[in-house]
Amino acid sequence: MAKITMREAISQALMEEMDRDPAVFIMGEEVGVWGGTYAVTKGFYDKYGPDRVKDTPIAENAILGGAIGAAMVGQRPIAELMTINFAFSAMDYIVNQAAKLRYMFGGQFMLPLVIRAVGGGGRQLGATHSQTPDAIFAHFPGLKVVSPGTPEDAKGLLKSAIRSNDPILFIEHATMYQVRGEVPEGEYTIPIGKSKVQREGKDLTIVTYCKGLELSMKAAEQLSKEGIEAEIVDLRTLRPLDMEPVLESFKKTNRAIVVEEGWKSYGVGSEIVSRIYEEAFDYVDAPIIRVAQKEVPLPYNRTLEQAALPQVADIVNAAKEVLK
Amino acid sequence: MKKEQLLDLYYQMVLIRRVEERGAELYQAGKIGGFMHLYIGQEAVSTGLIAAREPRDRVITAYRDHGVALNCGISADEVMAELLGKATGMSKGKGGSMHMADVSKNMWGGHAIVGGHLPVAAGFAIGDQYAKNDNITICMFGDGATNIGYFHESLNLAKTWGLRVLWVCENNQYGMGTSVERASAVDEIRQKAEGYGMKNAAVDGMDVMKVYEAAKEAMDYIRKEGQPYLLEINTYRFRGHSMGDPERYRKAEEVKQWQENDPIGIFNKYLLDKKVATRKALDEIEARVEEETNKAVEFAESSPEPTMEDLYTDIYADA
Repeated sequence: MAKITMREAISQALMEEMDRDPAVFIMGEEVGVWGGTYAVTKGFYDKYGPDRVKDTPIAENAILGGAIGAAMVGQRPIAELMTINFAFSAMDYIVNQAAKLRYMFGGQFMLPLVIRAVGGGGRQLGATHSQTPDAIFAHFPGLKVVSPGTPEDAKGLLKSAIRSNDPILFIEHATMYQVRGEVPEGEYTIPIGKSKVQREGKDLTIVTYCKGLELSMKAAEQLSKEGIEAEIVDLRTLRPLDMEPVLESFKKTNRAIVVEEGWKSYGVGSEIVSRIYEEAFDYVDAPIIRVAQKEVPLPYNRTLEQAALPQVADIVNAAKEVLK
Repeated sequence: MKKEQLLDLYYQMVLIRRVEERGAELYQAGKIGGFMHLYIGQEAVSTGLIAAREPRDRVITAYRDHGVALNCGISADEVMAELLGKATGMSKGKGGSMHMADVSKNMWGGHAIVGGHLPVAAGFAIGDQYAKNDNITICMFGDGATNIGYFHESLNLAKTWGLRVLWVCENNQYGMGTSVERASAVDEIRQKAEGYGMKNAAVDGMDVMKVYEAAKEAMDYIRKEGQPYLLEINTYRFRGHSMGDPERYRKAEEVKQWQENDPIGIFNKYLLDKKVATRKALDEIEARVEEETNKAVEFAESSPEPTMEDLYTDIYADA
């Protein structure tokens, strides 16, 4: 096992799939000559050239609409949104086009498209560049939404996403590119739509994904020192949602908290809690608690920003509360 | 153009007219749901345009799509079945009036978000450019679509990247009930292409031969130069925007004036004047269309509804 960063994992996945399949190409703002605003595609332009690493105008509708069209006629584009906040400029292409075209035309074509988007707060970028709106996108049937929390999952899931014949929104976190983790040597893929137990424990279940996983692992270490063993289930894919490992864990621990970086109202946590109540009500020993972002647009000021974002201490406190 | 081809164009235009007239009756009878936008009055536009394409060229249009579907070779049976939401429609009854496509005939729909399909059309051309072929994408849209951002992003990208797209603005003078001069900074839509350094032209859309010639010229340029082209085709819809249009925004005299320029009447006269066909031959075509349309209505009405299983199919390609 090699230890690499999230950035390297994503970069490796892209490169391996571009080497494997000539139909795969990348298009987006500053993906080429610049090397990607988060340096994920650094060196790609020199290796693959402008036909396969396409620098686009700053025009999100053209980027996503263009990628959708190219996918419909048989290519396998990877469209990059510099940040997921720009998805709102091109919402039509995610919601009205990518998620619906196949169904609306009775399955006449496939739409093998990956939209890579960087989300998340914590970099003092102000309210419009710091959102974690993942739940919105997970709302729409026809789209798949993947958001990994480790380099191993990022690489394996991205490779699967590129090989998939469906439109997939692949959400990365802006503060996690330097996160290091073990990655298997050589070729591997991880199936989309499978949640995973990332840490075993008997006392409570923490359901989370992406940035929430990083925070929850730290919280679990602290709790362990106090004799509390948390089991962490990482959703990895928000749609289709795999509840099996969540329910299995919950039936063992009977207590759960859900950790997400997005806002609490109408969020991922709301969905998970509902599903647990619907499908495992008899196993509930305590009200399930949601740990999420405060209900404010994220401020620029570092102290205020951190106060709005979920913290390790919030998770520790919620875990103790649910165990009372 | 050979005699057979000319008569085929006439047949297509009359077929569109008749299929839609019957469609309107079925709509009034409550057998067709949702929105339905008729092409009546605009038949020469898509007929002339599609006649100029090679089979490998892709066609994509907006929601006023029944005529385009028929011109692309989709049968009247399938068009009628889709209107009635039947399983035998080309989109299995899941798309309806606004979403008719048969990609095996290079007809890529039928899109209902105004301007939304323009970036997708650019995407087809990106795919073809990547595959290093010289296919052309013909993208049709109304005058209303030229005021939305999608149009400008698409034209800019097409010119910057050298995409083989024929952008076709069907200027039928109104975006729903708002006339061009009330919604667009320039009355002559083709001027908008100038801002992107894109070759462009305007043509009379009531004359199928003029449309055909203009489209041919544009497509020769696109194929040879590897550059996009914008063609403005001036036309008029004789019916309302959709079936539920009170038409408060235009005067009956204006409609009447345009109806005197009926594209089918103009072409009928052309064929007789040029002695391409006798009146008897044209009557025979009309009789053939009548029979085909009757058959299509019968086919659609007797076709099965989609099943409950169909509700859950075609959402994803992978399990």
